[in-house]
Amino acid sequence: MGILDFLKRKPEPSAVVAKERLRIIVAQERSTRGAPDYLPLLRNELLEVIRKYVNVDLEAININVERDSGHEVLELSVALPDGKPAATPAG
Amino acid sequence: MTAEIIVVTSGKGGVGKTTTSASLATGLAMAGKKVAVIDFDVGLRNLDLIMGCERRVVYDFVNVIHGEATVKQALIKDKRHENLHVLAASQTRDKDALTQEGVEKVLDELSKDGFDYIVCDSPAGIEKGAHLAMYFADHAVVVVNPEVSSVRDSDRILGLLASKTRRAERGDGAVAQHLLLTRYNPARVAIGEMLSVKDVEEILGLSVIGVIPESENVLAASNAGVPVILDENSNAGQAYRDTVARLLGEERPLRFVDAPKKGFFQRVFGG
Ligand SMILES: Nc1ncnc2c1ncn2[C@@H]1O[C@H](COP(=O)(O)OP(=O)(O)OP(=O)(O)O)[C@@H](O)[C@H]1O
Ligand SMILES: [Mg+2]
Repeated sequence: MGILDFLKRKPEPSAVVAKERLRIIVAQERSTRGAPDYLPLLRNELLEVIRKYVNVDLEAININVERDSGHEVLELSVALPDGKPAATPAG
Repeated sequence: MTAEIIVVTSGKGGVGKTTTSASLATGLAMAGKKVAVIDFDVGLRNLDLIMGCERRVVYDFVNVIHGEATVKQALIKDKRHENLHVLAASQTRDKDALTQEGVEKVLDELSKDGFDYIVCDSPAGIEKGAHLAMYFADHAVVVVNPEVSSVRDSDRILGLLASKTRRAERGDGAVAQHLLLTRYNPARVAIGEMLSVKDVEEILGLSVIGVIPESENVLAASNAGVPVILDENSNAGQAYRDTVARLLGEERPLRFVDAPKKGFFQRVFGG
C-alpha cells in the first residue's frame, strides 16, 4: 500500500466493527447455550495444554454442545495456525 | 376464549420496555381489544407513571397474589379507554413477593374475565422477575436498541424464551418471538455510526416487527403521563401504531428508517 493510500484510508465505520464483534460473540454464546457452566474454564485449561505444543489463541478453540436423542456430545475443534509447524513439546 | 399473553422483555435495562408496554397496550385497546397491562418490576413501579394513573393506585400485583385484594379491586381503569386496565407493581423490596403460582392465578383470572390481551412489562435482567414475566407468555416482544450490549442481551433473552417458558417446557409450540428495534437514529445509521435494521436482523436471525425512532416526543409523553402512541403527530407514536397493526396481523411497510434527505444548502455547506 502506498503512502497516499494510507493517508486516504478511512477508519472502518464503528457500526461495521460492532456488527462483526456481535456476529462472533452471539455465535459463540449460542453454541454453548444451556451447556454446563464449566465450559469457559474448560476452554481456558485446554488452551493452556494446547499451547504447550502449538501457539494458538482462545478464539481458535471452538466448543459446541450437541444434544440429540438423550445424549450430549461435546464437540471441540482447534484451528491451527497455518504454515507454522507444531512446536516441539515443551519440557 | 383465553387471553393472549404478551411479554415485553429485553435483558438489558433502560431500552424502552415500559414505554413499549404502555403504547402496545394502549394501541391494542384502541383496536377494540380488552387489555390488561401488568407491571412486573417489583420494587420499581413505573408503568403507572407512564400510563398516567399513578395517583389512582390503591392495590398492586403483590396485594392480589397475597389475597389482600381481588384482581377487580386492583385493576385501574384507564382514563381514556374503558377497555384498558393497569395492574401496578408493588413497591415492596421483597424480591420473592411474586410466585409462579400467584402469577398464574392472576393471569387465569384475567383470562376468565374476558380479557383479550395481557401485556406483561418485564423488569430488566434475567432474574426471577424477568423469568416470571415471560414464563406464561404466548408472544414475546423483545425490545432492542441498536447498540452492542443490548443486541447481545436480547439474544440471551431469545434463548431463554425458547427454553425457560411454560410453552417450551410443555412442548406445546414455541413462544412467538417479535423483535422491536427502538431508539433508532437513521441519520447515524447512514454515516456508519449505528447498527442498521438489517445488521440487527442478521445478527439475531429474526426480522423486526417494528422500528421505533429515537424521538423527543417519548420524553414529552412520559412527562405528561400519556403513552406516546397517543401522540399522532410524532414519528414514534406512528411507528408504535404500525407495530400494533402488525401484531394484529396487518402488513405495513417500515417507516422512519431512512435518513432525511439533505437539502441543497446542507449538501454544499455541510451540517
Ligand atoms: N424511542 C425513544 N426515543 C427516545 N427516548 C426513548 C425512546 N424509548 C424510550 N426512551 C427513553 O428511554 C428511557 C428508558 O425507557 P423505559 O423506562 O421505557 O425503559 P425500560 O426498558 O422499561 O427500563 P427498565 O429496564 O429500567 O425497566 C426513558 O427515559 C424513555 O423516555
Ligand atoms: Mg421498565
